[in-house]
Amino acid sequence: MSDSILVTSLEEALKWGTGKSLWPFTFGLACCAIEMMSAMGSDYDWARFGSDIFRDSPRHSDLMIVSGTVTKKMAPRIRRLYDQMAFPKFVISMGACASAGGPYVRGYSVVDGVDQVVPVDVYVYGCPPRPEALIQALKMLQDRIVSGRVRH
Amino acid sequence: MEDKVIEVNFGPQHPSTHGVLRIKVKLDGEIIVDAQPVIGYLHRNAEKLAEMGGYPKGMIYIDRLDYVAALNMELGYVLAVESLMDVQVPERAQWIRMMMVELNREASHLIWLGTHGLDMGMLTPFFYCFRERERILRIFDEITGSRLLYNYFAIGGVYSDITPKAMDMIREWTEDFIPKLEEIQSILGKSYIYVSRTKGVGVLTREDVLSYGVTGPMQRASGINRDVRKDSPYLYYDKINFDVPTRTEGDVYARFLVRIEEMRQSARIVRQILDKLPAGDHYNKKYSKPMLVRLKATGEAYVPTESPKGEFGIHLIGDGSSIPYRVRIRSPSFANLSSIPTMLKGYKIADLTAAVSSIDPVFGEVDR
Ligand code: SF4
Repeated sequence: MSDSILVTSLEEALKWGTGKSLWPFTFGLACCAIEMMSAMGSDYDWARFGSDIFRDSPRHSDLMIVSGTVTKKMAPRIRRLYDQMAFPKFVISMGACASAGGPYVRGYSVVDGVDQVVPVDVYVYGCPPRPEALIQALKMLQDRIVSGRVRH
Repeated sequence: MEDKVIEVNFGPQHPSTHGVLRIKVKLDGEIIVDAQPVIGYLHRNAEKLAEMGGYPKGMIYIDRLDYVAALNMELGYVLAVESLMDVQVPERAQWIRMMMVELNREASHLIWLGTHGLDMGMLTPFFYCFRERERILRIFDEITGSRLLYNYFAIGGVYSDITPKAMDMIREWTEDFIPKLEEIQSILGKSYIYVSRTKGVGVLTREDVLSYGVTGPMQRASGINRDVRKDSPYLYYDKINFDVPTRTEGDVYARFLVRIEEMRQSARIVRQILDKLPAGDHYNKKYSKPMLVRLKATGEAYVPTESPKGEFGIHLIGDGSSIPYRVRIRSPSFANLSSIPTMLKGYKIADLTAAVSSIDPVFGEVDR
């Protein structure tokens, strides 16, 4: 086989493409959203990893980062936004609150974990997680998409 | 065609709501005839949870109220607890607190400036502001060990002393910050589009401000010269020189100028504190950690402080046990947000994001 020909199946190419061009959804809920903005800001610059553009509409994006406390009032909206996203779609649950209720787990208005509302691919721990942790989660998700170890 | 008022829903998911605000807007063509804010999407029962642990444990919920200015929130709580229990705080600790609070005010205003730029359709200020903010966060990281939520102020002092390395970082920061701020200000202030989209938009008159209880930069942009740091000084604000910037226009542009000037004044305060910082203990030895859990108090205390958003107050009631009977939070963003109907009525729908982002609401604090 000549060196200049790349042999791959369409499926592999699709997986590779999806992983390297995740478009996140601008969706800040609470404190963790500020760290998400830092990750996207000048110092951490997560556009380096191909997940460049934060989209403002769920229909344009394929990655939802749930960054913050999910309250009972907000949970139905999160589900609705998730349903509006186009397939394939992935969810990162950022921080203690989104993963398990965090410091507010004893509160009467807080859902303990966004995984009760939408399926989650990667959990990030911390309160708030540092931007590095969020970037690690993104890399993890990308690796899993490329190697085909995701839900879909 | 007959006149028809249509209702448009703004939020709770919208890039310009700064969190989870929903506004029900009634439109006649392009003109806003009514706007009603709907809040509660981030109601995390901070008050009730703070009443469940002991006095020191309440701090973590107070921290997460205004999460972009966590130290300002902590200060209000810690001062309230200290005034309730008559705790003596060493002089050095008070100066450190003051410096940290002013640095955090800068960080908070920088976030506001960056996101306000985004709302006005400009991406550059966002990156410039975050570059500057990261420098402050690195200082915080060095001193407190975390970037966003610190839990740094303790009853009777602060948890850790300022290291010489941190002192150097702060000194270096005070030297380069003002030219950078000027650069950021000129991006927005010299832009014809920005100025024409903000001048005369979202006007709140002096009377509106007084009747809604609006405080902070919004109030000072409407011609009321009131700042808790000046009017009833806490910590050592009476030993420091700083000005309270005011404007009389009451529009979005005036709020922008007031906040920029406040950042200059905060840098000035930090510079003075660096020269004045006395030697000594950074916490009161009587209140070292094992004792904290057993702190008991009776009585009431209300301490107002000037947070970046306005007057932030904590009202504490102790019933003699080690758990506070009531922690009432006076949150400035909540009062500021209630002025939305007046601020938006009669303007175009395109002015909505400019006006809303000029409030600088933070929903941890609005919904509590
Ligand atoms: S995990 Fe911590 S930082 Fe994140 S939203 Fe919850 S309380 Fe805020």
